[in-house]
Amino acid sequence: MADEVKKEAPANFKVTIDNITVEVAPGTSILTAARQIGGDVTPPAMCFYSKLKGSGGKCRTCLVEVAAGSTADPRPMPKLVASCRTNVMDGMIVKNITSERVQEARAGVVEFLLINHPLDCPICDQAGECHLQDLSYEHGKEGTRYEFKRRTFEKEDIGPYIQLHMTRCILCYRCTYVADQITDNRVHGILDRGDHAEISTYISKAIDNDFSGNMIDVCPVGALTDKTFRFKNRVWFTKPVDAHRDCDKCCGKVTLWQRGDDVLRVTSRKDEWGEVQSYDSKPGWICNTCRFDKKHAKDWVIEGPTTINRHSVISQGHYLGLQKPKETIAEVMGGREPKLLMDIHGISDVNKVELSELPGPATSKTFTPAPKGE
Amino acid sequence: MLTQRAKEVDRKPMTFLESIYLWNIVKGMGITISHLFKKKATINYPEQTRTFSKVFRGLHVLNRDAEGRENCTACGLCAVACPAEAITMEAAERLPGEENLYREEKYAAKYEINMLRCIFCGLCEEACPKDAIYLSQTFAPANYGRKGFIYKKEDLLIPNPVTDKEAYEKALGDKPVKN
Repeated sequence: MADEVKKEAPANFKVTIDNITVEVAPGTSILTAARQIGGDVTPPAMCFYSKLKGSGGKCRTCLVEVAAGSTADPRPMPKLVASCRTNVMDGMIVKNITSERVQEARAGVVEFLLINHPLDCPICDQAGECHLQDLSYEHGKEGTRYEFKRRTFEKEDIGPYIQLHMTRCILCYRCTYVADQITDNRVHGILDRGDHAEISTYISKAIDNDFSGNMIDVCPVGALTDKTFRFKNRVWFTKPVDAHRDCDKCCGKVTLWQRGDDVLRVTSRKDEWGEVQSYDSKPGWICNTCRFDKKHAKDWVIEGPTTINRHSVISQGHYLGLQKPKETIAEVMGGREPKLLMDIHGISDVNKVELSELPGPATSKTFTPAPKGE
Repeated sequence: MLTQRAKEVDRKPMTFLESIYLWNIVKGMGITISHLFKKKATINYPEQTRTFSKVFRGLHVLNRDAEGRENCTACGLCAVACPAEAITMEAAERLPGEENLYREEKYAAKYEINMLRCIFCGLCEEACPKDAIYLSQTFAPANYGRKGFIYKKEDLLIPNPVTDKEAYEKALGDKPVKN
């Protein structure tokens, strides 16, 4: 009976983020609540990944100001809090883009994240879909004040398919969570401490797990990249296409990154937060067979072009829904085709090598003509 | 609509003096002959060439650094900036031992500009993060065939400053070296 007398906690907590009120279940973090509102109100997140348990709380980019803790205790929180790790209270008032303090602190966080990050973007395969690029573009400062030597590492092969550029790593720990939670035995992790901390495997032990490729997808920067796609093309020159195949190991729903009909890269599908899309509330991780071995369009059932935010560089130059004017020359000329004065494909040296067939990046050997008889 | 300068058409019949056009011929020849003594508007190209302005945007050059290594890293920003979609490239990874050829880990193995498409706007130069492409103060020479206007990397690369310093400096023109 005592239970009935006790006043029950409200089923839903009302939380106000940037003057927008939303009702969420108790135990929801501020970041998740903000994502329910969506748009600019959502704090950026580099380390938090809703599909990986325990992630978050490392990068500090999602800092927000709590102007009022709850209806019961409306005092503001003295410091900015990490929204991915702070749960909402009923009547909480949160300020994100409306707070000057948050914007300033975030610019500082970006500066810290970029302290050791190389200005590698012209080389890096992640450029164009890099979260750190977006973050620093939106929240960072233009210049750097850092004058010291940056932390550098040799690039490392993690298994036959994954390349690790530790220099680019921001230590978000997402990949170790992938290894912990999705693959059955983890062989890589963070070694050393502080400034020396690095992601590695013991004695460069290869990762040969069926789902290890997903750490490429969760990596917010270009630290873990697909070696089968390495330097093949820039992300914005490939066209993303949704496709699926019957796979006994994974959901088989992927995005193909095509150049013409060549499949240069296969990734899992991403949702609006840059995370792996969920199907029936199960994250759609894909297996290494789908990711690395099925590089032919005929392996896949193509569903159609992936919707890309039109502000993204990836949507640049992709003429979707293009309506070409009707070619009337053949009709007028009695069935004769117009004389082509130059066929660009006959003259151009580009697209002569099947890049999608190469297991790794092209080198000077790829382009030198093979000796006769081969 | 009538303007200030509009004259009413004179429809009176011509007098005898007017009808032999003598005065008009003399007036016309006067203009013609006076041009013989004026400064010529033309030059004897190709023996003579005009100096271009400092901001003239002509034929593209792929730059090298002071050690003769190619600056281009095939980032594709020129191609994505190009409004005429004239630039295309293929990247390759630098092998150990090629460090003296290419400045970065990745380089453009193939680099082509279709000069028939190019509008010489210079956006590629502005987009380039590596100071690798710039528009020089010459224009693309005429050609009998269209295929001669597909400029490959060999056509675009600046001469090596280490082995051929003179040609390098000539190709560099007025462009200040920044590395």
